[in-house]
Amino acid sequence: MTMKHIDEYRDAELSRKMVDKIKTISRKKVRLMGVCGTHTMAIFRSGIKALLPETITLLSGPGCPVCVTAQREIDAFIKLAGIQNVIVATFGDLLRVPGAHSSLQKERAEGKEVRIVYSAFDALELARKNPQKEVVFLGVGFETTAPTIAASLIEAEKRNLKNFCVLSAHKLVPPALTVLMKAEGVKIDGFICPGHVSVIIGSGAYLPVVEKYHIPCVVSGFEPADILQAIYMLVKQLEAGDAKLENEYGRAVTFEGNEKARQIMYQVFEPADAPWRGIGTIPGSGLKIRKEFDSFNAKKKFDLSVPDSKEPKGCACGEILMGLKTPPECPLYKKVCTPGHPVSPCMVSTEGTCAAYYKYHT
Amino acid sequence: MYLAIPAKVTKIDGEMATIDVGGVTRSASLMLLTDVAVGDYVIVHAGFAIHKVDPEEAQESLKLLRELATAE
Ligand code: SF4
Repeated sequence: MTMKHIDEYRDAELSRKMVDKIKTISRKKVRLMGVCGTHTMAIFRSGIKALLPETITLLSGPGCPVCVTAQREIDAFIKLAGIQNVIVATFGDLLRVPGAHSSLQKERAEGKEVRIVYSAFDALELARKNPQKEVVFLGVGFETTAPTIAASLIEAEKRNLKNFCVLSAHKLVPPALTVLMKAEGVKIDGFICPGHVSVIIGSGAYLPVVEKYHIPCVVSGFEPADILQAIYMLVKQLEAGDAKLENEYGRAVTFEGNEKARQIMYQVFEPADAPWRGIGTIPGSGLKIRKEFDSFNAKKKFDLSVPDSKEPKGCACGEILMGLKTPPECPLYKKVCTPGHPVSPCMVSTEGTCAAYYKYHT
Repeated sequence: MYLAIPAKVTKIDGEMATIDVGGVTRSASLMLLTDVAVGDYVIVHAGFAIHKVDPEEAQESLKLLRELATAE
């Protein structure tokens, strides 16, 4: 595995041939949903959408972790930044997300301590270097990120770091797929399942959705050739009337997934109901910190209750995340809401559908 | 958000590894993986190695993509 092999997945010639193959077999009109922010970004950047035949509609589902974070979760993050002696440690993409009245970026500009970290371990390091402060890490992400944050809590316990804790706002992917299948008006014929979430949960995690709703699911990697191959596999299934689970990303994803990572994740967290932006509360779709780790739970250490703020008026994020609308159908798109002045995280994150549309759609 | 490029493990010190990502040196935790050795390729997410890439599997999937693309 050298860089050369990576380049080959990006090979334009390979992609063109795959598009031709898709065109040869595609007859039925189908709507395929990608459930991964990195897929959304790759699809727009590589121009895959424009290459596909008219029979295929590509939708971007609830796969960008920042985008699905509920307004009141963002408000709690902002409240946290205002608490004396607290250093908020976060991945960078949360910074500009607007809450009801502010954003972490604004808070930082006003002198609050908000630090961007690359890894949960960097946050641990911050705690070690600032023993007189309380470092709170914002746990945002899916099954790929949650084990890394769980590992940092286990490490904090081991090192007896008392000034480190996590505010968990994690989300789980399979429960969201179930909700999409049950939601009124939603029409999805196949799922392009997220590559690195599947590294952890295994392709087998989608089997219940495939079987219960008779919908094809294909796990896909992130390179254009991977995504096109996944689309080809889905179209082939749909043309044949099949509904199977397939794995395009065999070089990273197994049926069982990464058991050790899951074990660490569930040692620290347990499933809980969680609020999703624009969708609402989904049972068992989040992760809360187990009782045994109460002393590392920001919700136990601080009062983080916030008024039940409404999501921004007019914002169609929820409908977009469910594949019911495209960004240009949002009345605020490009008029009020732009990457410079985002109304919602879908316009902030580089993985957000609205931001991708704004950047690449002409 | 996710790095699709596998990184090569160049050094291991306890549960931490030094990795090479296309020429850039970084460190990554091995807490979430078992049986990683120097010379292995791993997929890294937010500072943690989350999957060991089997080089044969990587070659195989690439070959498959090529065959599918060229098959009539
Ligand atoms: S364009 Fe802005 S307001 Fe409209 S759905 Fe997207 S993020 Fe929300």
